[in-house]
Amino acid sequence: MFTEIFTRHNWDEVKAGIYAKTASDVERALAARRRTLDDFAALISPAAAPYLEEMARISHQLTLQRFGNTMQLYIPLYLSNECQNICTYCGFSLNNNIARKTLGAGEILQEINAIKAMGFDHVLLVTGEAQQTVGLDYFRKALALVRPHFSNISMEVQPMDEADYRELIPLGLYGVLVYQETYHQADYKLHHPKGKKSNFRYRLETPDRLGKAGIHKMGLGVLIGLEDWRTDSFFTALHLQYLEQTYWQTKYSISFPRLRPFSGGLAPKVEMSNRELVQLICAYRLLNQEVELSISTREEEAFRDRLVKLGVTAMSAGSKTNPGGYVVDRQSLGQFEISDERSAAEIAEMLHQQGYEAVWKDWDPSLAI
Amino acid sequence: MQPLTIAGRQFQSRLFTGTGKFSSAALMEEALLASGSEMVTVALKRVDMQQQADDILTHLHHPHLHLLPNTSGVRTAKEAVYAAQLAREALETNWIKLEIHPDPRYLLPDPIETLLATEELAKLGFVVLPYIHADPVLCKRLESAGTAAVMPLGAPIGSNKGLKTFDFLEIIIQQSKVPVIVDAGIGAPSHAAHAMEMGADAVLVNTAIAVAKDPVQMAQAFKLAVEAGRQAYESGLAAASRQAIASSPLTAFLDEF
Repeated sequence: MFTEIFTRHNWDEVKAGIYAKTASDVERALAARRRTLDDFAALISPAAAPYLEEMARISHQLTLQRFGNTMQLYIPLYLSNECQNICTYCGFSLNNNIARKTLGAGEILQEINAIKAMGFDHVLLVTGEAQQTVGLDYFRKALALVRPHFSNISMEVQPMDEADYRELIPLGLYGVLVYQETYHQADYKLHHPKGKKSNFRYRLETPDRLGKAGIHKMGLGVLIGLEDWRTDSFFTALHLQYLEQTYWQTKYSISFPRLRPFSGGLAPKVEMSNRELVQLICAYRLLNQEVELSISTREEEAFRDRLVKLGVTAMSAGSKTNPGGYVVDRQSLGQFEISDERSAAEIAEMLHQQGYEAVWKDWDPSLAI
Repeated sequence: MQPLTIAGRQFQSRLFTGTGKFSSAALMEEALLASGSEMVTVALKRVDMQQQADDILTHLHHPHLHLLPNTSGVRTAKEAVYAAQLAREALETNWIKLEIHPDPRYLLPDPIETLLATEELAKLGFVVLPYIHADPVLCKRLESAGTAAVMPLGAPIGSNKGLKTFDFLEIIIQQSKVPVIVDAGIGAPSHAAHAMEMGADAVLVNTAIAVAKDPVQMAQAFKLAVEAGRQAYESGLAAASRQAIASSPLTAFLDEF
């Protein structure tokens, strides 16, 4: 379990190590043939800021070689905003007084049709955590509804037991996104005071359970803004390295959600600038040529357009973050605000203008039995 | 130049191509036409087998282009056999490029599952072209299993590093009774020419063309390189030597007897 490695690392020491990195550490990291976690620490450190252009150049080249002139497109399908957790930063938090909604079968089909009409073939199912309404049984039924319409289905829902994953994978589940939010254990408690999510260790070991269940793909990340992003990103990279060595048949992706304002929400404790986000994306690519890097519509149009060539390999487009947001109930409250409201077709055109092909389909159900 | 025959089908071009990583399907088509390639592989995961108007397939609709579906994404022999059967139904071809790389990071082929799948698919009447490590013994085992060709890698896929497995490719080419197609790692026309000079029957190139600044020009460059390399091989290369050989210091004495 990753816990064994995690407990050998002390947050404050890791943080001090990153901030102590010097220009020569960065130069060594840039020159390395294969980069280590220590190199990654240098590349995300303040000392690397003057080297951003060179990092971007290498990142672009490595990404182009591996992924070609392509960008994977995906879209979230929010199934429910019911949630038993209190999370200080989330629009769906239990103590947030919003109208709660869970889509029924007919409503899911309406949303599916709307998403299919946009051209998507990969979909990400999203819910809050509410065992009574959106538990395993709900997911079984949702997958049965969604599966005939999409080549690739991922989920971003509450962490589950290994046996649950083992059951859902044959029903069409390809990937699971589970963000640790923060690897700062004490602060994690502060941000998740109530609900099952307050169990730090259960969440931390979710990727292990997914790996043991044989999932095809998992997505990692932290919520940028809760804690020092450099230290949190180092822990994410540590986690990634452990997972790649342990569950070597699984594909990995990293996301970079920056804390966005929502009604009644928390202001970011730590602000991350655009420049720093680019630094982080490039650092991941320099560490790992193969990992997928994903950027959501939390980010603004003009900025997303420029990220295309800097290492990102997957983008959401045309997203709504509220259950029923595409047709059923457009006015319900979303999890976070969308900054890039362009349609999927507009994103595909933007990519085309930059010499990139939008990839709508990159998996086929016939490849797994 | 002699044509290449695989499973009774003749190919004038010894350059096989891939369809991934291009910036558009239209550019892919243009590059493939410029390459002169007659065998093009396409990932089942990228195409919609149920849809006639699939963007990639539409652009591959040329009588001289032989479609070679590949199983990229499967992790086991069982999955590969299942995918090949569906592809045969949907795409109406019994040719299959067997790619079983359970490791999604370096996409390195699993020799055990590949052998099992080749045995099974050959029995089911498929023309099997397996992507494998440059492993001479595995090549012989695949031959016995009924493979139509072998496709050893020159270097990790997409790496453009050239013929890192040179010594093993030489052994494979020397021993093989089926065509040998160097599949991965070819990053420059000179690499392709080198493989052909060695006696490889064909090469497969994707990334080096798709990611080039001008994929159409690069496709032509590979066409010329493959032709040059093959012609050189058929012409019988003069042996290279590290030093000029002017006399025979060790054996000249024999003339004195």
